[in-house]
Amino acid sequence: MKRKQVIPAIIAAFFILFPLVVKSDYYQHLVILALMWVVIGGSWNLLAGYTGQVSFGHAVFFGVGAYTAGICASKLGISAWWGMAFGGFTGALVGLLIGWICFRLRGPYFALATIAAGEIFRLIATNWESLTDGMVGILIIQTFRSKLPYYYLALTLAAASLWIFDLVMKSKLGFYFVSIREDQDAAESLGINATLYKNISLLISSFFTGLAGAFYMNYMAFIDPEVVFSLHYISIMAILVGIIGGVATIWGPAVGAFIMIGVQETFRSALFGLAPKWISESHVLVFGLLVIFVILFMANGVVGDWPKIKRLFVRSK
Amino acid sequence: MNFFEVKEISKRFGGLMAVGGVSFQVERGEIFGLIGPNGSGKTTIFNLINQYFPLTAGDIFFKEKSIKGMKTYKICHLGIGRTFQVVKPLKRMTVLENVVASAFCRVNTFKEAEKLALETLDFCNLLHEKDKSAASLPIAGRKRLEITRALATKPELLLLDETAAGLNPTELDEAIELIKRIRDRGVTIIIVEHIMKVIMTISDRIHAINYGLTIAEGTPEEVAGNKEVIEAYLGEE
Repeated sequence: MKRKQVIPAIIAAFFILFPLVVKSDYYQHLVILALMWVVIGGSWNLLAGYTGQVSFGHAVFFGVGAYTAGICASKLGISAWWGMAFGGFTGALVGLLIGWICFRLRGPYFALATIAAGEIFRLIATNWESLTDGMVGILIIQTFRSKLPYYYLALTLAAASLWIFDLVMKSKLGFYFVSIREDQDAAESLGINATLYKNISLLISSFFTGLAGAFYMNYMAFIDPEVVFSLHYISIMAILVGIIGGVATIWGPAVGAFIMIGVQETFRSALFGLAPKWISESHVLVFGLLVIFVILFMANGVVGDWPKIKRLFVRSK
Repeated sequence: MNFFEVKEISKRFGGLMAVGGVSFQVERGEIFGLIGPNGSGKTTIFNLINQYFPLTAGDIFFKEKSIKGMKTYKICHLGIGRTFQVVKPLKRMTVLENVVASAFCRVNTFKEAEKLALETLDFCNLLHEKDKSAASLPIAGRKRLEITRALATKPELLLLDETAAGLNPTELDEAIELIKRIRDRGVTIIIVEHIMKVIMTISDRIHAINYGLTIAEGTPEEVAGNKEVIEAYLGEE
């Protein structure tokens, strides 16, 4: 095997064996969340990193996916697992609706419109009580008591999303996405239907985010509008995962997801109980500092600036 | 049959008539020059042809079919390629990736697109730069990349917008030679150019405009001797 195949094989083996070695529910839980964020971060990256359409509204697709699964159980009386079949599609459907409206705008104006879209959907979920039960939220009973099934499902989702994003980026679609990001007018003159391809990018992105949302419902067993449609816990988090890991790289959001979940948990648990309690209030502040650090010293994220980071360590040896 | 025809096209920006009823016909296989002083409306005509701006009045025919109101990307699929005066390289992509992206206009798999891109790069003598990032190219390379990219969409009609501006004499000769080779491949060319050495040596016919209006049309010699053209460029005696 070549070196290029060895590293993914080692990573795959590590993740497959991880829950068999580390039995702690707590650590398994953290890795499950991180794997879920690999999917969301990767989806955001496809649209924002590669296609250049920065979204501040990925909570919409996440929330719609989660509510699809929740409503399957609460209103339709079928298993919330059906959400895994439908969640991606409802997410993508909403993606098309938002794309149809918001892609008339370019650059920062598109980004602003997605913030508005996110807030609109949060308010709809809050107020349409006959469908969503409003602020009461949706509570289901977890299918499995063990974390293992959820773990392997999340791992499969993460691996599948990375694989598909990689395939997309090596195809015609990928070249078109990056061309649109670099110069939409030049892209149009090269025969690229920018509106169509931006919508395709959004479609793939919202599909996977919806899928992650449906998974979240099944795994956490409780959702309410403030959680799954949250601007800063979901939409902004998706952006942070992308920026810190490395925008427009396949592995960037994957690495970013683990860093972000790690940092979030470290501070939320007040350095695992070692520090005074007020530290736990500061995890949002730490995110802010982390972003400033990344922008100043490694604008391309951990993966994008990996050669730079590597040099730093080699030199200090 | 007219290969390409522009009929009485006008473009008004608010109160400014940028192009006021210009007409010309281009035959298949010729190099057609479009000249005029700064601000006379040459680039605007290009932007009208590939429908980057909507027409105020008039119509444009490509192979007898009106292309008025079509989307810019469709015009490219029909077979009209263009380069930009202010070059628009896809900066964070390599030279090869730039051309591959445009080659996808005609093929669907990466393999085919890469093959077409490499052939086109070779034809334009840019093959040795293929792994450089587009942002790192000097202006001559960027202009050449514009042409290569447009050519990879396999156009029948190519609009070249000041591809020789900013080049040194050696680069200029190379550009002239490249444009001639493109014509020899059977591609019809409309070229906007300020540098008279270029436009006079390669054009079969020249159309001169000033203030958005036609002032002369004919062979390079006829146009160069035209009184109005001389006045537009050098001023009245």
